[in-house]
Amino acid sequence: MANPHPGRPMSPVEMTRSAPQEGMAGLVSDWSAERRVFDISWGKAMMWLFILSDVFIFACFLVGYMVLRMSTVDPWPDASEVFALTIAGQSIPLLLIAIMTFILISSSGTMALAVKYGYANNRRLTAVLLLVTAALGATFVGMQAFEWAMLIGEGVRPWENPWGAAQFGAVFFLITGFHGTHVTIGVIFIVIMAVKVMRGSLEKSRPGFLTGRKGNYGMIESLGLYWHFVDLVWVFIFAFFYLW
Amino acid sequence: MAEHGQHSVPHAQAGEFDNMELVHPKTFLGKYVWSQDAKVIAIQYGLTAIAIGLVALVLSVLMRLQLGFPNTFSLIDPSSYLQYVTMHGMIMVVYLLTALFLGAFGNYLIPLMCGARDMVFPYLNMLSYWFYLVAVLILVASFFVPGGATGAGWTLYPPQAISPGTPGIHGGILLMFASLAVFIAGFTMGGLNYVVTVLQARTRGMTLMRLPLTIWGIFMATVMALLAFPALLVAILMMLCDMLLGTSFFMPEMLNLGEPSTHEGGSPLLYQHLFWFFGHPEVYIVALPAFGIVSDILATHARKNIFGYRMMVWAIILIAVLSFVVWAHHMFVSGMNPYFGFLFATTTLIIAVPTAIKVYNWVLTLWRGNIRMTVPMLFAIGFIFTFVNGGLSGLFLGNVTVDVPLADTYFVVGHFHMVMAVAPVLVVFGAIYHWYPKITGRMLDDTLGKIHFWVTFLGTYAIFYPMHFMGFAGVPRRYYGYGETTFIPDSIQTLNAFMSVAAIIVALVQLVFFYNLVRSYFRGREAGPNPWQATTLEWQTEHTPPRHGNFGTELPVVYRWAYDYGVPGTKHDFIPQNMAPDEVERADRVDQDAPGRLPS
Ligand code: HEM
Ligand SMILES: [Cu+2]
Repeated sequence: MANPHPGRPMSPVEMTRSAPQEGMAGLVSDWSAERRVFDISWGKAMMWLFILSDVFIFACFLVGYMVLRMSTVDPWPDASEVFALTIAGQSIPLLLIAIMTFILISSSGTMALAVKYGYANNRRLTAVLLLVTAALGATFVGMQAFEWAMLIGEGVRPWENPWGAAQFGAVFFLITGFHGTHVTIGVIFIVIMAVKVMRGSLEKSRPGFLTGRKGNYGMIESLGLYWHFVDLVWVFIFAFFYLW
Repeated sequence: MAEHGQHSVPHAQAGEFDNMELVHPKTFLGKYVWSQDAKVIAIQYGLTAIAIGLVALVLSVLMRLQLGFPNTFSLIDPSSYLQYVTMHGMIMVVYLLTALFLGAFGNYLIPLMCGARDMVFPYLNMLSYWFYLVAVLILVASFFVPGGATGAGWTLYPPQAISPGTPGIHGGILLMFASLAVFIAGFTMGGLNYVVTVLQARTRGMTLMRLPLTIWGIFMATVMALLAFPALLVAILMMLCDMLLGTSFFMPEMLNLGEPSTHEGGSPLLYQHLFWFFGHPEVYIVALPAFGIVSDILATHARKNIFGYRMMVWAIILIAVLSFVVWAHHMFVSGMNPYFGFLFATTTLIIAVPTAIKVYNWVLTLWRGNIRMTVPMLFAIGFIFTFVNGGLSGLFLGNVTVDVPLADTYFVVGHFHMVMAVAPVLVVFGAIYHWYPKITGRMLDDTLGKIHFWVTFLGTYAIFYPMHFMGFAGVPRRYYGYGETTFIPDSIQTLNAFMSVAAIIVALVQLVFFYNLVRSYFRGREAGPNPWQATTLEWQTEHTPPRHGNFGTELPVVYRWAYDYGVPGTKHDFIPQNMAPDEVERADRVDQDAPGRLPS
C-alpha cells in the first residue's frame, strides 16, 4: 500500500494489512504497492510493454500512410479492383484477403487453446495446437507472398503502379512487409516453443539453451500475447488498405 | 489487486524475487565481458558511451577552431564541417547522453535502488549492450567509407539528407540509418528490462512512492524512449526506401543541381513530424534522469528531505506525458498549418509549469539546508543555473512570433546547449562523483574535482552565453564561415575567437577529470560503504563495490522513503531506507542547533 505519509515509518505488517481502498485511492494504492504493480509474471509484463512499443511503430506507419494518401494529388488506386481475384472468369473483390484474414484469426484461436492446454499440462495437445498455429501463420505468409507476386505481375512497384499515386505501392509493400515479418518471426518462435513442449522442457523447467532461464508454461502465454497482437494489427491494416 | 506483499502471487514464476536465478560465471570472460550482471553491463555502457562522446567532443573542438579562426585550418572544408556538426549532434544526444543515463546509470542504479538482485532478464540486458556496441562501431565506420559520414545535420531532414550536394549521401547516411536501427533494437531490449524491473521487481516495502527520484526519472525516461524511438525507426525505414528503392515517402518532385529528380509526391513535412515526435521526447529522455539524479544529490548533500516529493513525482509524469504533444514547436518555420503553430506554442508553454515547479523545489530543498559543498553538490547547483538559463530562452523560442526570426540562428544553438547539453552533462559529472565511491570503493580527488567543476561550469558559460547575442544579430547556424556578410558585424568574429578559446580550455580540463578517474581507482582514499551518509539502498549493501546479486543473503526490507535526512528527534542526521522503526536511535535531548535540523 502507498504510505500516506512519506517520511513517517510504516511497518511491513502495516504495509500488507491496510484495508483495500475504493475508487481513485484504490487505483493509486494498487499501482504504488510494494514489489509489483501488476499481478503477472515478469515475462508477461515485458511482453505487454513490448507490444505497447510496437503499437507505436504500427501507428506511425499507418499515420504516415494516411498522410501520404490524403496529400497526394494523383488518384488512389481502387482497392476492390486492385485486390480482386479472378476465378473462373469472374472477378471477385477481396476474396484472397478475406481468406487470409480468416486464416490468421483462426490461428489466434488455436493459439489460445494451446495456452489453455499448456496450463492443463497436456503436452501432446499443446504441441499439436502450437504446430497448427505455426502452420496457419506460415500459410498466411505464403498467401501474402502470392498476393505480392500477383501485384508485381500487374506492374505494381514500390515506386510506381499503373493506376495512380506512386505512394500506393510504397506504403503497401512496406507496411504489409513489416507485418509479414512480424508473422514470420512469430512462426519461428512458435515452432521453437512447440519443440520445447514436445521435449518436456517446460515441464521439467529445463534451462533454455541461450538464456539459461528455466522454462515454464507461462512462456506460451506470453508468446500468445504477441501472436494475438500481430493478428489485431492485421485487422487494422486490412481495414486501412482494403476497405478504405 | 488490492492484496499484495507476503501473499503468494498466483502467476509469479518460481525464479522471481528472492531466489531469482542468476548465472554466476567463473571465468574472467564470463565475469567481465559476457557478463549478465547489470553493474558490469552498466560500466560497459558507460565506458563505451564516454569513448564515443570523446569523439563528439573532438569534433566540436574542430568546429570551434574553424569558427574562431577561419581560413587557418586546411583540414576543415565546408563539407567536413557539415559532417562534424551532424556527427557531433547525433553522438552527443543519442549515443552519449541516452546511453549514459539509461544504459549506464539505469543499469547500475535501478536494481540497487529498487532492492532487486539484478534486472529481470539479465541475458536480454547483456544483449542490449552488445547491440549498442555494434551500433557505435557502425557509426564510427561511417567516418571511413568513401564520401565520409553524413552531413545532413543531426535531424537528417529529407530531401537534402539523401540528395546530391550533401556530404555522405552514399555510405555515410546508409550507415547512420543502420546504426540508429541497431541502437533502437538494443535500447528496446534494455529499456523493457528497466521498466519491468521498476514495476515488478522491487523489494518488500519499496512502494512506488518510496522510490528515490533518480529511479523515477530514469523510469519515466525509459518509458518515453520506448514510445518515441518507434517514430524514428519508421522515419528512417521510409527514408531508406526512398534512397534505395526510389519510393517517394518523403521526396517531393524537384530539381537537384539542375537535374530533375525521379521522385514525386512525397511529403518532407511528414518526416519532420515523425522525427520530432521522437526528437522532442528525446530531449526529455536525457532531461528526466538528470532531474531525478539532481534531486537525490541535492537532498543528500544538503542533508534535507527533498521539497515536495509527491509534487516532484507528478511533475516528472506530467512532463513525460506533455512532451509527446509539443513536438511541432520545432517546425514553426516549416510551412505547416499556422493553427498548428498556435496549438503547439500553447502546449509548449504549459510544459514550463511542471518544469518550473521542479526548479522551485530544488531551490527550496537547498533553503536552510545543511549544505555540504562537495563536488557532486557543486555540479548539481551548476545544473540549476544552466538549466534555468536554457529554460528561459526556451520560453522565447516557444512563441511562434519570437521563434520565426530566431529559428536557425545561434540563439537556438545557445539555447539547446544550455538546456540539454551542458545541463545534463553537468549532472553526469555530478553523478559520477557521487556514485564513483560505490562503484570502485574509492573516493575521487576533491581538489581535482573542484578544478574540473569550476573550469567546466564557467567555461561552458563563456562558450554558449555569447551565442544568444549572435543569434539576435542574425548569425545562422550550421555555417562553415560567414565570409563578407554585411549584417554580421566584425565584433562577432572577436566573440567567435573568444568562444573557441573557451571551448579548447573546457575540452582540455576534461583530461583532469579522466586523470582523476584513473588515479583514484588505484590511489584514491578508501570510501567505505556510505561516504555521503546517504539513505538509499545502494549505500547499504554488504560489500562495496556490491557483488553479483547486489545484496547479501537477504534482500533489504524498506520502511521509509529515501529522504529521511535531518529528522527531528533522532540521533543521526539520516535514516537509511531499510532501517526498521524500532532501530532508529532517538536523540536524548532535543538539540536546537543539531546539524541538518529541519526548519520548523
Ligand atoms: C564543449 C562542449 C561543446 C561544444 C564546444 C559544442 C559546440 C557545438 C558547435 C560548434 C555546434 C555547431 C553549431 C553550428 O554550426 O550550427 C554544435 C552543434 C550541436 N551540438 Fe554541441 N557542443 C558541445 C557539447 C554538446 C553536447 C554535450 C551536446 C549534447 C546534447 C551537444 C549537442 C549538439 C547538437 C544537437 C548540435 C546540433 C547539430 C546540428 O545542427 O545538426 N553539444 N555544438
Ligand atoms: Cu522540443
